[in-house]
Parts: sequence; C-alpha cells; structure tokens
Amino acid sequence: MKKMKLVMVGNGMAGVRTIEELLKMAPDLYDIAVFGAEPHPNYNRILLSPVLAGEQTLDEIILNPVAWYEEHGIRLHLGKKVVDVKRRQRVVVAEDGTEEEYDRLLIATGSNPFIPPLPGRDLKGVIAFRDIADTHTMIEAAKTHKHAVVVGGGLLGLEAANGLAARGMDVTLVHIAPWLMDRQLDGVAGDLLRKSLEERGMKFRVETQTEALLGGPDGRVAAVRFKDGSEIPADLVVIAAGIRPNTELAEKIGLHCVRGIVVNDTMQTITDPRIYSVGECASHRGIAYGLVAPLFEQGKICATHLAEFGIGRYLGSSTSTKLKVTGIDLFSAGNFMGGPDCEEIIMSDPYGGVYKKLVIQDDKLVGACLYGDTVDGSFYFKLLREGRTVHDIRDKLMFGESHLGDAGHQGQSKAAAMADSDEVCGCNGVNKGVICKAIKDKGLFTLEEVRKVTKASASCGSCTGLVEQLLMFTAGGDYSATPKKKAICGCTDASHKEVREVIREEHLLTIDAVYRRLAWRTPNGCASCRPAVNYYLISTWPKEAKDDPQSHFINERSHANIQKNGTYSVVPRMWGGTTNSSELRRIADVVDKYQIPTVKVTGGQRIDLLGVKKEDLPAVWQDLGMPSGHAYGKTLRTVKTCVGSEWCRFGTQDSTQLGIDLERALWRMYAPHKVKLAVSGCPRNCAESGIKDVGVIGVDSGWEVYVGGNGGIKTDVAQFFVKLKTAEEVLEYSGAFIQLYREEGWYLERTVHYLARVGIDHVKARVLDDAANRKALWERLQYALDGEPDPWFEFEKAGVDVRQFAPVGVL
Amino acid sequence: MSDWKIICKVEDIPVLGARRLARKGSTDVAIFRNGQDKVFALLDRCPHRGGPLSQGIVFGDSVACPLHNWTINLGDGCAKAPDVGCTQRFSVKVEAGQVSLDVEELTTLGLGETVVPAVVAVGAETAAAERPAV
Repeated sequence: MKKMKLVMVGNGMAGVRTIEELLKMAPDLYDIAVFGAEPHPNYNRILLSPVLAGEQTLDEIILNPVAWYEEHGIRLHLGKKVVDVKRRQRVVVAEDGTEEEYDRLLIATGSNPFIPPLPGRDLKGVIAFRDIADTHTMIEAAKTHKHAVVVGGGLLGLEAANGLAARGMDVTLVHIAPWLMDRQLDGVAGDLLRKSLEERGMKFRVETQTEALLGGPDGRVAAVRFKDGSEIPADLVVIAAGIRPNTELAEKIGLHCVRGIVVNDTMQTITDPRIYSVGECASHRGIAYGLVAPLFEQGKICATHLAEFGIGRYLGSSTSTKLKVTGIDLFSAGNFMGGPDCEEIIMSDPYGGVYKKLVIQDDKLVGACLYGDTVDGSFYFKLLREGRTVHDIRDKLMFGESHLGDAGHQGQSKAAAMADSDEVCGCNGVNKGVICKAIKDKGLFTLEEVRKVTKASASCGSCTGLVEQLLMFTAGGDYSATPKKKAICGCTDASHKEVREVIREEHLLTIDAVYRRLAWRTPNGCASCRPAVNYYLISTWPKEAKDDPQSHFINERSHANIQKNGTYSVVPRMWGGTTNSSELRRIADVVDKYQIPTVKVTGGQRIDLLGVKKEDLPAVWQDLGMPSGHAYGKTLRTVKTCVGSEWCRFGTQDSTQLGIDLERALWRMYAPHKVKLAVSGCPRNCAESGIKDVGVIGVDSGWEVYVGGNGGIKTDVAQFFVKLKTAEEVLEYSGAFIQLYREEGWYLERTVHYLARVGIDHVKARVLDDAANRKALWERLQYALDGEPDPWFEFEKAGVDVRQFAPVGVL
Repeated sequence: MSDWKIICKVEDIPVLGARRLARKGSTDVAIFRNGQDKVFALLDRCPHRGGPLSQGIVFGDSVACPLHNWTINLGDGCAKAPDVGCTQRFSVKVEAGQVSLDVEELTTLGLGETVVPAVVAVGAETAAAERPAV
C-alpha cells in the first residue's frame, strides 16, 4: 500500500514532538518530510539562555540529531524556508524551489520576535533573542565588545541580560514598565528581582522608553537614546519586546488567522481539514500558548488524529511562570496583581530575599507570586486550578503544603543545593542524580514524564516541588502547565466527578453501562479506572449495583494482603482492639498448624499473621473463627481505643465501649479509600485520635469529634468537627460524615484530601447544620451495610471466587 | 510436532481473571482469560520484582502486576513503556472450550528461576495505595 504523505513546516520542539508521538502510534502510516528554516536539527529552544550564560553548550541542547531523522526515514530539508503552499495541488514550496507533496500538512512555524519600529533597528549589532544564530551573535559580541543594552525586561530579556553579564559584558536593561517582569510579578517581587540582579553587576533603567538606536561610523550600533534625551553607549542591542505567532505563511495561503492560526480542539485548522497546526503559531480558543507543556499536549492530541485514531481533544491549559536565571527562584500564576474585589496575604522578608503574595477572591485562591522560595508553587497552582474554597485553610495557606509532617526528603526545599546522591523521592528511592540524568538522556519536559520514567513524585507527591525545580534547571521545562480537567485515566476523558454524576443522575448500574455512556476508549478499562467505577456503582446504588470481583485489586479479591513474595497476611478483627484468651489460643494454634513465619502486633491494635500461603487462606480463616479485619481493602480498618474510664485513673469516658460500638456499626464498609477511627477517653489522647479519618476524644462533658486526620506519607492533623454529649450522637455524626465521604469522595482519595477538595464548611453544612440530611446520611449508611457478608465466611454472598485458592492443575 | 496437554476448560478461568498452573519445583504458569475470551499464558512472575501476575487485574490484552502496577502485555509478556523487561510467554491452544499448553514448553521454559529483585525504583500509585495496613 502506498503511504500517505505528511509534510511538516517548521522544525521546532512542538512540531517534532508531534512527529515523535505519531511515530509511536503509527510508525508506518506516513512518508514524512520536514522543512526547517534554521540550519540545525530540532533543539531545545528554552535552553538557549543557559547556553548564552555558558552553563551549557549548543551540542547539549540538540534534542533530535540528524541521525534521528534518518533512522525514521524522514526527509529533512534544513535551512529551507517554505514560501508557499499550493493547497489545491497539495504541494509545499521552499525558497530554493524544493517541493514536497502532502496528504496532511502540519504547520509548526512557532513565533517571531517582535521588533518595535525604532529608528536604527536595522543597524549591525541589533538583534533579537530567538534562535541559535542570535545566541551565537551574542556570544561573539561578548568576546570583542563591551557595552550591551537589552530592551525589554520580561523573561527573555532578563535571561539575555544575565547571560551577557555572565560573559563579561557591561549590561544595561531597559524596561518601559515601572518594574521588571511586570506581566509575571508585582512591584515588590519585581524590585527584589532587580536588587538581586544588580548585585550581580547588571544595570537597570525602568520606566524608560527607548527612542532610537544610534549608529557609529562603521555602521554598527553605538548608542541608545531614550525619550528623556539621555544616551548610553551600546555595541550590542538585544531586543526582547515579546513574540508574535509566526503566521506569515499561513496568512499567505489563506488560512484563517487571529493572533495565530485558528485551530479546533483536534488541532486541525478551521480553514483546511488537511492542514493541522501546533505550537506557538497555533491559536486555540483564542490563546496562542508559549510554554512547552501545553504545546506538547497539543502535539500528542494532534498525533492521535494524524494517526487516524480520532481520539482526544485539547481543552486548553492553565500556565504558570518560572525564570531560568540560576540562583533566582520566582514563580507566578493567575491574577497575582489582585484588584478591588481581592484580598491579599503577604509575607515579606526583604533581608532574606523572600516574598510571597497570595491573592484571594470570593474565598478562592486566584493568584500567587512567589520570590525566593518557590517550593510551594505547585501547591498554590493546584489550588488555583481546582478553584476550591480556601476559607478553612486560610491561616495555614501562606506556609504551603509541606510546612509540617512532610517526610522522605530530609526537609530540603532547594533542589539546587542538593547533592546528586541526595534522595529526592523517599517513596520510590530516587535521588537527584537519577532524575537529572533521566531528564537529560530521555529528553523529559514535564512532571508527568519524569514521574513515568523515574517514578519520582509518583507516589505521595510531597517532593513534587523539588522535582519541578530539577526540571527547571536541567531541561528548562515549564512543567507546570496542566490540562484544565483531569481524566480518571488514559481510557477516557471523563473526570471522577463526571463519572459519579452520570452514575447517580442516570441510575447506571454496571461498569459496561458507564463505559458505553461515557464512550470509554478501552473495552474493559484498566487497573486504574475499573476499581474506581466499580466503587462508584456500589456506593451510589447499594443492593442494586452488583459488585464485580474482577474490578478489585488482588487484596480485595483474596481478602488478604499480598506480600512481596506472593504470600499473604491475615489480620482478624479485634473489636476496639480488645481480645480474649480463647481468640489468642486459636491464633496460636493457627500459627503452629499452618507454620506462619511472622506474627506481629499492628499499629491498629490487632495481630497480623504474615506469610500465609494463598491455598491456606480459607482454612486459616475457618480455624481462627474471627471476623475479617478488612486490613486489605478500601474499607473500615480499625477503631483504635485507649482503655478509658473503665480502668484508667485519668479516663473521663468509656472510650473502649464507644470504639467497639463504632467498629460494629461500620465494619464491612467499602469507601473511596481506607478509613481509620480512634477513640480516646481523655484529652491525653492515647489512641492518637488527632491523626485519624474520624478521631473522637472524650472530655468530662462529652465527646469532641475530629475529622480528616492522616498519619501516613504526610502527617495531617485532624480538624475539629463538632462537640457532642452522648455516644449515640457520636455514632450518628461520625456515620453521617463517613457516608458523605463515601458518596462524594473520589476513588483513592483519603478523607483529608476529600476535605481539602470540598472544604470543611461544605461538610459542616450537610452534617451539622442540616439535621434531616444528617439523619438521612446515617440511615443510608446503615442501609448500605445491613446484611453485608463477612467475606471470610460467606464466600458466595461476598462474591469470593474460591477457585482462586487452588491451582488449576499441578505438573 | 507440538505435544499439547489439556489443562482446563476456558470457563474454569474467570473472565478478566487468571488461574495458575503449579509446576513442582519451579515457577507457576499463569493462564489468563480476557474480555473477549482469549486465553494467554505467561510465567507467573513479573519481570520487575517477581510479583505473581496471575493475581493482577486483567484489562484489554494486559495485566497489571499486583505488586507495583507494571502493565504486562499478555501476548508477548513484555512490560509497557517506560518500564522495561519481559517475562516468559507460553503457547496456548484453545479447542472446543479446552485450554491446552505445549508440554515441551512447560517442561523446559522458565524453570527454577528464582526471584531477582530489580534495581529499578518501585512503581507508582498502587504501591502507595496498597500500603500494608493495620
């Protein structure tokens, strides 16, 4: 079969990434040709700044060497600018007459520097900062000339000025606005930035307008004159006044352009269905993006359509900014300037060089501007995107996500200060050197890519800030642009929220019905979405939706915890952490009979039998004669208690009994994630109620209830919820809270994260303020749990496939 | 000529599930059945850290390892990128609802291999999600 022809105009990062994605999906679909106006193969344009500053070399920033194009059979036309496309004949024509026919055309011409109409702009020594040639010119000029003037105090201008200063030039940066990076920073942060750059020897003229560039007798620029009449000497002028989408070719061939080539959600131009466009030249829903992460997202979407998979839509991205000047940390996102309807929380330490401003509007974080300490940038960015209310965390907001209890990376907040051997991700044991090497060797740009390849930041995420800093310094990637809506997994575009809603509103009862209704891309989902959808069905429609055993992780299918060697652990239930001689005797007998190698007391006040062979599980359960402890599931785990008023001389309440009552009321309960409770009999809190999903503390006059605590990866202290008089009330209020979480939580979302998402005020309104709703929630929970089987004894009712315990055959 | 041995009926394997065939003295063989009733057989050992693949979640033509959520292709036994590694695959024949495996393969492939923990980092979400608990 004859291959279709794909021609790409533009040989930059977004375009080549699209080709890479396409080759992964459909390696043999197209005969591909690429035109590049520059004489270089695809390189990392973002890293021109470090090259200029002498921190990296040109060779190091090449992303796809010429050999890569050859290897994939791509005809590469370097140094050939495309001047025309004959759309009727479907032929691309380059300046030198080279022609290529196409079936599909991809325009990725990027952007051009904007050069304001200044007198003298054509003089020798006046350049933009856009490509390798510009960078080369600057490096050469720095060797032979002294005075450099950079016009424009934005990201690029500052990076150019920094690089030229590092190469020994006397640099003055001229900026028209009152402070630097006025599109990304407020005045205070802008001034802090200026101060620290001045300490490096750079000079600044802010609120200054350039009037003309003056030439010398040799035709080279010699000076810059400002509106106020003053002049400064200049042997090199770098104009960094912004960029414009390069739509010259597109406009010439009649494609609709409005500040970029207008494309739809599949990156197809709206004018010609055979022509696609990605990158800085494309205008999607009115926005031409200039950051790598959204452009790569576009590339991926575009590739699926070029590959004729016809899946995926680009829905736009939110973006944030960082500066690539070594030693300077700044971050901004959203509306960082604030305004009349906004409130601001500000932390300013000019001596320490730290400034943080958070802008809040209608109880939501709408903007952030950080200088000097940016490790919480991703946390603020997440809050900003999710648009959740921050009312309840206002007092802690300024201190970020990691101010307490964060474990796994030695409390580091500056990645640059870490040694290569220092551990960044404590969950997966990934050190700085490994991450940097992966970023360099595999050409990673986004946080997601680093997570996939190195696993760093892929588990608990507490090191995300550090990984982002490493990306910044190693790849220059603007990692933090993310899709506006997060899909459950790659099988669908639907979010957790959408799946929950459609199941409730349309009374869906089977996984297949959900997959059909939401047009899942895979026949039976994957290990991420299937357990989630199954949980949503059974929690929304108890007694109606049928639980699907094959949509549970192995632990919930075998009702025991799989261990690293394929054996299992068994934890029988001990109500409120209490047991007796008969149970202990049976446990001892089971350990002997089945030669169980390890017996351990757990943190949840019960006994763990480790190393049980799978075929022994049913007999072990039978011989124990104790209920399942559900230590293996997204279920109620334990209710930890102290001895309370029955024995303890300090006890004010019977915490043990309340713990037992709670556990008896809630056991066998599936939830979005595991649920742990504790009851303490006095404020000494020996049961550690402060770090439980629901923690109860007895006081002389009743009980205090706390919610959303977590003693895991990141220690989160539970928030005070309500003070109650009687044990019956504690049951009702706790049950109602848990039921709300069961109905609204997203799969694998602990109560702390659920609360962080919806806000405790939302929960209080539904459980505390609305008595009827509270009672209804509590009743729904009791209804759902009524008659639920114990999976260790009622195999059929619990849907336990007993075939799993025996091999299908023995050889 | 292959010598085929009948192991079980297709219906003995749960849909989107697996059974294991015990081999005395060596690693078991996992026999999978996917949503389209296609049957596959792999050594019951993930190339990552030796997890029993028979215990994983089956979807499409893949299984997710129960230990660290590597995705293994049921057809060729290889891990999905960016993870790297393959486990031994076995030929399967299904006739009249009976699943047969090749005797020669069963007696020669993937024998006596002990679990070698890989040096690669432990994987992603499920590792945290499936944390042992109390």
